[in-house]
Amino acid sequence: MKAVVFALRSFGRELRSGEVLVLLAAVSLAVAALTAVGFLTDRIGKAVTRQANEVLAADLRLRSQEPVPDEWRELAADYNLQVADTMSFPSVVFHGDDNALSSVKVVSDAYPLRGSVRVSDELFGEQRTVDGIPRAGEVWADGALLARVGADVGDTLDIGELQLKVSAVLTYRPDQSIGFASLAPTVIMNIADIGASGLIGEGSRVRYALLVAGDETDVAGFNEAIQDILPDEIRVRSQEESSERAYNAADRAQQFLSLTAVISLLLSAVAVAMSARRFATRRMDTVALMKSLGATQGFVITVSLVQLVLLGALGVITGSVVGFAAEEIIASILSDLLAGELPDTGLRPVILASGSALVLMMGFALPSMIQLRNTPPLRILRHDEMPPSPSRLLVGGLSLMAVAALLYRSVGDPRMLVILIGGIVVIAGALYLVGRGLVAIIGRARSGVGVAWRYGLANVARRGRDSAVQVVAFGLGITVLLLLTLVRTDLLEGWRQTLDENAPNHFLINIQPHEVEPVGEIFVANSVEVPVFTPLVRARMTTINGESVKDRTYPNEDGKWLANREANLSWSAEMSSSNELLQGQWWPADYAGPPLVSIEEEAATNAGLGIGDKLTFFVAGREIDAEIASVRKINWDSFQPNFFLVLSPGALDNMPTTYISSMRISEEKQPMLIELMRKHPSISVIDLGAILQQVRGIIEKASLAVQAVFVFTLAAGIAVLFAAVQSTIDERRFESAMLRALGARRRVVFAGVMAEFAALGAAAGFLASAGASILAAVVAVQLFELPYQFNPLIWIAGVGAGIFVVCISGFFAARGAVNAAPVDVLRGAPV
Amino acid sequence: MPDQSVVKVLEAHQLSKQVSSPEGTLTILNDVSFSIHAGETVAVVGPSGAGKSTLLALLAGLDLPTSGHVDLNGSNLSDLDEDGRAILRAESVGFVFQSFHLVPSLNALENVMLPLELAGHDEARKAAREIIDKVGLGDRWSHYPAQLSGGEKQRVAIARAFATEPAVLFADEPTGNLDSRTGANIMELMFELNRSSATTLILVTHDSNLADRCERVLSLDIGSLVSDSGATA
Repeated sequence: MKAVVFALRSFGRELRSGEVLVLLAAVSLAVAALTAVGFLTDRIGKAVTRQANEVLAADLRLRSQEPVPDEWRELAADYNLQVADTMSFPSVVFHGDDNALSSVKVVSDAYPLRGSVRVSDELFGEQRTVDGIPRAGEVWADGALLARVGADVGDTLDIGELQLKVSAVLTYRPDQSIGFASLAPTVIMNIADIGASGLIGEGSRVRYALLVAGDETDVAGFNEAIQDILPDEIRVRSQEESSERAYNAADRAQQFLSLTAVISLLLSAVAVAMSARRFATRRMDTVALMKSLGATQGFVITVSLVQLVLLGALGVITGSVVGFAAEEIIASILSDLLAGELPDTGLRPVILASGSALVLMMGFALPSMIQLRNTPPLRILRHDEMPPSPSRLLVGGLSLMAVAALLYRSVGDPRMLVILIGGIVVIAGALYLVGRGLVAIIGRARSGVGVAWRYGLANVARRGRDSAVQVVAFGLGITVLLLLTLVRTDLLEGWRQTLDENAPNHFLINIQPHEVEPVGEIFVANSVEVPVFTPLVRARMTTINGESVKDRTYPNEDGKWLANREANLSWSAEMSSSNELLQGQWWPADYAGPPLVSIEEEAATNAGLGIGDKLTFFVAGREIDAEIASVRKINWDSFQPNFFLVLSPGALDNMPTTYISSMRISEEKQPMLIELMRKHPSISVIDLGAILQQVRGIIEKASLAVQAVFVFTLAAGIAVLFAAVQSTIDERRFESAMLRALGARRRVVFAGVMAEFAALGAAAGFLASAGASILAAVVAVQLFELPYQFNPLIWIAGVGAGIFVVCISGFFAARGAVNAAPVDVLRGAPV
Repeated sequence: MPDQSVVKVLEAHQLSKQVSSPEGTLTILNDVSFSIHAGETVAVVGPSGAGKSTLLALLAGLDLPTSGHVDLNGSNLSDLDEDGRAILRAESVGFVFQSFHLVPSLNALENVMLPLELAGHDEARKAAREIIDKVGLGDRWSHYPAQLSGGEKQRVAIARAFATEPAVLFADEPTGNLDSRTGANIMELMFELNRSSATTLILVTHDSNLADRCERVLSLDIGSLVSDSGATA
């Protein structure tokens, strides 16, 4: 109790004296970074969930290729549920001579049952939330569509046989998806107009949906009631299933943010450890004095712990405030990343960051504090008396445990945790070993240099283990700086490239077999590479291993739907480049045996299918048996035509086939599409440009947000460097005073100090380059599934940055030491 | 009530201290024995390297002898663990050091309060104010060490040493960092406080004038006690 009172009382004095400021700054920085990242990931997570919930615009959606029978509506009414009808289909919209393919969404009064539609009154105008739907005779059109046909609010669009007035620009609808379901910009029209439009007829590709919403138990009751009487062609989808589908972009942004959080954390940890060590060293004299005045070990440790906790609390307060403010700024950058404002979050991130800060302090500052306890009181008479170093097992164990605990929360994925911790340990170990080697080399190299260099290099060599530790510290800092700058750019660039550069920007669908050749000729005539035409055969799966697909039980609803719906089959001799073989073998190019089929990984899992299972398809009055020969993973980001089920060559010969294709057509070659559409009116051309733009926009925003968070990490990195230099400052002050007393000019002393920093920096930079390259490759391949490309710039920048950063930090940190009056320093200016 | 002057507060029994060095084992103190009575003023003198500071460290329980033992206020220091020795110091020992050893983050008053707080004194602040007035720093109590002169720092250190009214006060070259005039004033203050509080004073010094003012002088050379001006035991 006495110790607690004493600790509380003296904490104020410690603060006033400024002794604890370095440590406090390190903790605050850690909390600020963690809070900002925590708030962000929390809010993004919530936004994703919210959108997933809204994505149906209902609690339950019944979708069918045929109009939904009235009895479903009546059944829903029996359960006191709200209903709304929607239809959607692609159609070309005209405005004067301009036209564009759009996705027409026909809605009835109550739409949307969940979430709300937002519109603006002019292109790029302020958006507002609206109740209700467009009046009969009017439409709300997506800005991209209006831009493409050169129309604005108030103009008239020709849709089918109708002329409909654009009464607002559609900016958001809850059931729009960022993915690729909405390939064309949307027009929302009133269901009252559909009869006169002439758009619905034999063979038109309309998707009907009945939206249902209401009290949770009513919805559940209704859902149960329809399960048994549901025809195969109606597919029911509930919110829970939808929320499982997180958006890719948001997901990736979260991964990047997590990576940032991890790096900030590690740096903060290093900074905390270093400043705690310095703090402890500086307190040793005080502790020795207190012990000589009668303080017990328990007293010393209690005082240290209480002060550590107080320091942590103060760091949490200042850090939270800074982190919160920073997050607000970042959130405003991000606000339209997820088509709408980010939802507010509770205080959870502050609590988590506070907990993390305490774990950080316990893991990294505690060992130094425990060491203080063992300070011999004799130090009061003999200044070189030091407490025994804390056990390596204790220090290593505590810090590793703290890192693992903290990282696990940020990473959340044990595999990545292991990769990261492994990378950290390997780099630190390698840095240390090579650091020791460097010290030895430098010790020998100093004979051939001038006095300043000799002094500097001798310093590196003389401090032996300390120099190596500094190389490790600087090396880690620079590794992070490299990861944040060059590697980050590499990764982002790589990620962007998977969507950009070679990504197709047009889809052609519904190409008849006899059109393949003439369409190819159009490409040749326009000097555009002829794309691959992928065959598509509509079929229905009838049995799996001889058992009817209707009777079979499936791991989940998606699997059941996959087996029961009309299936799009394709065949190919070669595996698509956007596919990766996971199990089994792809058939030889000249395969002519009994039909084999390759299935997509997720579909296989959902339907409970694997290698060797026998599927029977019913195609145009014929049955085809095919055995599953392989399981593939599809990279959907490739924008290439892909199929869940691909059969071996010959299996689908003479079946009714159409072809689809995707290709990149540059701006100046776009006119060829007009020629193509004129000659082959039945082919649908889908322009992916707008979609790509949207995806790119999302990525830009995501990267911007990540960069904003990186500011913290950079600050933490610099804090580490300063802490490292600070930890040797007393020693440096004394040495430079001694040299100057011996007649060295200040310039020479300074050059010597700089030489030492340059040597340390070069070594740390070299090792950091190696570490960053390895880490980047692992992260790229394991986490982001991107191919990693060696970047020699990392090495040049690494060594350069090492020398530069260490010298600059060293300059500011050591300036005071070099300038101090020799007489004061050498006398030790007793207090 | 026993006569104060015959109560032994400090006894050194065949004290030896050896340390290992790159050149082998080094003997710093060799078989030193003596005892000191309550209220005595004792100077420990000798050339550099004679073992004065080592002896002081052993007597105050800051370090333990290789052989032999010290009885401080009736307790064998070698029988106590580090905390036990610390508690004993809190109760009965005061220090004045050559380089003052004030806590730079504490002001003058707070430095004086430190041992009182460590000893759990209820009215540390009040007691500290009184003693700081006594050493003539009543108007400078709120100053930090960096704002005080050498003499003033040592006055604070003396105030701190006497604040707990210790049985034994150890002073290690208390004037070593001061000019001769300030040093003389400081010593005057110290002897005066010593008289008024009946503390036993053990003074390590190079200064023969200072040593002469003590009732008894112990001379050390190369780790051995070579003379004891007032050997009574």
